[in-house]
Amino acid sequence: MIQVKNISKTFNGRQILDDINGEFKPCDTSLIIGGSGTGKSVLLKCIVGLIKPDNGSVLYDGRDFLNGDTETKREIRREIGMLFQGSALFDSKTVEENVMFPLDMLTDMSKEEKLDRVNFCLQRVGLENVNKRMPSEISGGMQKRVGIARAIVMNPKYLFCDEPNSGLDPLTAIKIDDLIAEITDEYKITTIVVTHDMNSVLGIGEYVMFLYKGKKLWEGDSTTITETKVLELQEFLFSNKLLKEMRTSAGS
Amino acid sequence: MKQLGKYLIFIGSMFRNREKMGVYASRVLDECVLIGIDSVFIVAIVSSFIGAVTCIQTAYNLVSPLIPNSTIALIVRDMTVLELAPTITCVVLSGKVGSSIAGGLGTMRITEQIDALEVMGINAASYLVLPKIIAALIVFPMLVVLSGFLSIYGGYLAGTLTGVITPNEYVYGLRESFQPFNVPFAIIKAVVFAFLISSVSSFEGFYTKGGALEVGRSSTNAVTNSCISVLLADYLLAQLLL
Repeated sequence: MIQVKNISKTFNGRQILDDINGEFKPCDTSLIIGGSGTGKSVLLKCIVGLIKPDNGSVLYDGRDFLNGDTETKREIRREIGMLFQGSALFDSKTVEENVMFPLDMLTDMSKEEKLDRVNFCLQRVGLENVNKRMPSEISGGMQKRVGIARAIVMNPKYLFCDEPNSGLDPLTAIKIDDLIAEITDEYKITTIVVTHDMNSVLGIGEYVMFLYKGKKLWEGDSTTITETKVLELQEFLFSNKLLKEMRTSAGS
Repeated sequence: MKQLGKYLIFIGSMFRNREKMGVYASRVLDECVLIGIDSVFIVAIVSSFIGAVTCIQTAYNLVSPLIPNSTIALIVRDMTVLELAPTITCVVLSGKVGSSIAGGLGTMRITEQIDALEVMGINAASYLVLPKIIAALIVFPMLVVLSGFLSIYGGYLAGTLTGVITPNEYVYGLRESFQPFNVPFAIIKAVVFAFLISSVSSFEGFYTKGGALEVGRSSTNAVTNSCISVLLADYLLAQLLL
């Protein structure tokens, strides 16, 4: 379980996160949603330690990540896998080298063992015969899959995805969402996804946290999200034309 | 002062929680090729022409019949070894290597590749920057020695082909009043400049914020700050060691 306690962050006097609390259950796909500029990615970066919050703490199964000692931090980092918004694949390395990179750096596995693991992960995300290609030679959707393969290659306990659907067509976006949900379920990972895509919210979200102007306005089960009375969340949810029409027709 | 403090912390961070030594070995070799081999051509061209121009311009200024022609070679040699080979070569390299380092790291920063390393628990500064600095420390002195040789040879070719000095006079001038310490002094300068150029450029690139525009800005800052630091260090070393 990941617990976020009283996280606040200001940039140049501007409050980006204001006293955020939340619990992300193990083996669930939890979502942090909200419009652009509401602090979703900043919160995610605070959780993984890329940004130091002004105050607050993040507990990974009871271990304090932000205020813990170096060894605890290192231990937790080795249990984290992350998919970045732009995939963040290393330009100078092939797909195979990208996925193998954490194994090269953090394990003492033999070359054959590493290669087996890389091929397994690439197959798991539905990629074959791309091992020797450079990231620039594959599509955006494939890059996301490689990013997921790299994130799961170390068998992480926690998976973080920052806008996994950005820049993808709707069909590929749904496939990526399904893949994240499948992997979460299969490997019993605690997954947190930052998104503003309603398909993700309705499709894979189990626990949802809604941020608005740096504050948590709503949290709960994705099955009850459409019944919310929070105006800002209603506005966000039904900004999609199709959903708005469905809501209107259901009402009438 | 704040930037200087941040730079010193950045340098210190490279040596904390380092990765396995084997990781650095292969990366240092790669960087040696990128920094060194790829710079040989520009260093060769610049050095040869600077030597040639120094020889011709010195000959143009030494018109007195009381001054022997061999003095031209002596001046070319001392200017080359003391200043032109280490300093001008490193100023040229700060443009080529410095902008490349800052641009590369800046792009990695804005495309979240550095974040990806940090999330994995890898010391990004150490993994990315330390090999560049080590490679520069190895390769810059070699380039400076090559530059010195080509500059003196450029002066020889220009001087003898235009007839301002005979080959014998040139060789005599090169040997005349030779101070052996000038050579290690040039190497010391190369090592110091190598550290400054690679670390200052890495610092600028590593802390790039924003987008493509800021990557360009980081590259420009890297070249400007490297050049200034090289010239400052040049003065300090001359004051301290000569």
